[in-house]
Amino acid sequence: MAAVMPVPAASRVLMSGNEAVARAVWEAGVKVAAAYPGTPATEMLEVVSTYPDVYAEWSVNEKVSLEVAIGAAYAGSRAFCCMKHVGLNVASDALMTLTLTGVVGGLVIAVADDVGLSSSQNEQDSRYWGRFAHLPVFEPADSQEAYAMTLAAYELSEKFQVPVILRLTTRICHVKALVTVGERTPHTGAGFAKNPARFVMVPGNAGKRIPLMFQRDGELRAVAESSALNFVEAGGDRRVGFVVSGPAYMHVKEAFPDAPVLKLGFSHPAPFAKCREFAGQADQVVVVEEVEPLLETELKAQGLAVIGKDILPLQGELSPAVLKPAIARLLGESVPESASTAAPAPIFPRPPTMCVACPHLGVYYTLSQVRNLNISGDIGCYTLGAGHPWNALDTCVSMGASMGVALGMDKGRGEADRDKRVVAVIGDSTFLHMGMQGLVDMVYNRGNVTVLLLDNRAVGMTGGQNNPGNGRDIHGGEAPRIDFVALVKALGVKEERVHKVDPYQLPVLFKTIRDEVKVPEVSVIITDQPCVLTQDYHRQPAYAVTEDKCTGCGNCIDVGCPAIHVTRRGKETKASGREVDLAFVRIESSVCTGCGLCLQPCAPKAIEPWVQASPLRLVKEGAPA
Amino acid sequence: MSDVTNILVVGIGGQGVMTATEILAEASIAMGHDAKKTEVAGMAQRGGVVSSHLRFGPRVLSPQITPGTADVLLGFEAAEGLRWRHMLRADGIALMNTARLVPPVVELGLFDYPADPIADMKAAGTRVVAFDATSIALELGDIRLGNTVMLGAIADHLPFSAEVLRDCVLARFRRKGEKLVELNRRAFEAGRAAVGAAEAALA
Repeated sequence: MAAVMPVPAASRVLMSGNEAVARAVWEAGVKVAAAYPGTPATEMLEVVSTYPDVYAEWSVNEKVSLEVAIGAAYAGSRAFCCMKHVGLNVASDALMTLTLTGVVGGLVIAVADDVGLSSSQNEQDSRYWGRFAHLPVFEPADSQEAYAMTLAAYELSEKFQVPVILRLTTRICHVKALVTVGERTPHTGAGFAKNPARFVMVPGNAGKRIPLMFQRDGELRAVAESSALNFVEAGGDRRVGFVVSGPAYMHVKEAFPDAPVLKLGFSHPAPFAKCREFAGQADQVVVVEEVEPLLETELKAQGLAVIGKDILPLQGELSPAVLKPAIARLLGESVPESASTAAPAPIFPRPPTMCVACPHLGVYYTLSQVRNLNISGDIGCYTLGAGHPWNALDTCVSMGASMGVALGMDKGRGEADRDKRVVAVIGDSTFLHMGMQGLVDMVYNRGNVTVLLLDNRAVGMTGGQNNPGNGRDIHGGEAPRIDFVALVKALGVKEERVHKVDPYQLPVLFKTIRDEVKVPEVSVIITDQPCVLTQDYHRQPAYAVTEDKCTGCGNCIDVGCPAIHVTRRGKETKASGREVDLAFVRIESSVCTGCGLCLQPCAPKAIEPWVQASPLRLVKEGAPA
Repeated sequence: MSDVTNILVVGIGGQGVMTATEILAEASIAMGHDAKKTEVAGMAQRGGVVSSHLRFGPRVLSPQITPGTADVLLGFEAAEGLRWRHMLRADGIALMNTARLVPPVVELGLFDYPADPIADMKAAGTRVVAFDATSIALELGDIRLGNTVMLGAIADHLPFSAEVLRDCVLARFRRKGEKLVELNRRAFEAGRAAVGAAEAALA
């Protein structure tokens, strides 16, 4: 993204949590910011990259992004790294030793938990990493706090030479609210000061750093006790008091405006004395935290008789609609009516679909037509291949897992799967993120797997970000480009087992897949058409169904393009006496981009170039208005 | 809290629901309100359901509208109104585009699309004002004017004057030339008029 003029200080701006964090990163004088895209965290780095005077990069994965940030912080500069929750799992190897060295320049690691599972493979609580790695955790409740706590996190980070975890959730990242922004303060690093005892973590050095880490825990807890980020709001209704962190604070205030609240923004190490003092202000104390009972367990271990997940769910957001009935039950009151009557109408779902003309459509249509496949999948748009009409993806675990899972399916096959072929499907960016190592493992251990590497030249699912495979950097500028054919050969795949195929050419794709699955070794089939939502895609003239030629066979529907709609259904009795369902179709030609996939299975050749009867002219000079 | 206004805007990915809600937020901020806007739209770009919440007033705490408390539901697609009608308070109002967008799972015969979702909403007791925003936009010459028609539709159901919202809408088109501003002004007024006429017919 191109640099823009930052909004002047003291402006009050409608900002998402992600935008607010990015603004604070810029104001804090951060020199290096790195990330791998992931919902709901992606926009933080996208926005940072629009500010001047910050080096921003898309890294190949979260571990590398954290390592880049660590290097900058060792060198004395302020650094920023952000990721979705599962990204910190990937980065955790670095994190667990980073805690021993600490940092010189401030380092903030923003991690966004997808509480409510809007777009993730699991729902996990990243606050655990604060406990596991002995790092302080800040939890903002809205955009303004996300902004302010990012700035505060840099101060704390440098004062204690410790990286700070800024724990966000989807309901922070993607909520827009008013933020009053400030001035940028340039930060000048002192340069890298060599200190092997601190920065070279071998056993002899690491052993001496461990006591310092524990000592730091105590010091940070003392800071949390007096931190302005942790405050009490007195309330008149003292039947229930709430200890609350993150966006749940807003939900508690909404649902129980008169209750006493201890709001924890600096939530780990927790201020136990403050919690104990607060407990005396209410008849009962409920800990409201998303999603695991971390603070609750710690307070109970401190001997405080708090309530938490005994009455609140262990999954999902703690919205007013969840909190009100739970507290009513605790107090022995009748549960508010709305919770039971306000249920959504039971109507059809709208699962996410692939886009019109998506190059993955051809791949999954083909896979759905080949018998006897076990298909291990991966993380990206192509995970949608598990859905209708293709049902052509059988597993999805974690970034890059399609490789190892496929090899394990091959090696672990039982008698029942003797004749099954194992296929792995992975996208370009996921392959670079964590798939390459799996392919090396597969080659080295002589696997019998056909890998489909779907190169659409973008990180599609998160909005088409650039990556090392498309030759563009985070700003859209020219960058060195990975050659996937050369790469997979270099990883050991035989030259004759590497094929590059246009996924819009169904017969070629079908033949290549069918041939390669028969070969008992590692094959890689690379598809090479760009994501339709990116600048690399060029639309072609649209198609339409010639109504009197359509026989209702429904073959085109199996491609799965959302531009194809059923106009009427029927039944036909074949000569054999078998009754088949018919579905006559039309193409929404205004959205068709002419990829031509649906033409190929159309038996009666009923799909033809679209001739607009009365063109809908775009708004321009001379258009009827 | 009754001093906070709750607007729920629903539709499917790609219809402009989130942008429309953002413009509504801008208008409420222009009136001096605090405002929060939120949606769950993780994979919305892929044809999924989008429901965007806007809350504004002297001070907004939770960004989420609690079911049964929305003042206005602005529906970009007919069946989505049915899906979200439970979010409305008892005397709330649904302003519904009659457009039907049928998803692939229905085309595949796995689910049914309701024959008349607007009628179903009314039968369930929801006060509905329905209009054909898509046709209005097409009559004005561009289907993309539909979003402005939708914003015009809600303009007289806000606790501030329609002109405030109209100015926020038109500000978005200023840089693109007077012609586009004028077209959007017409689209906005056509949306207002359509809802006004439909309400008059109900009264």
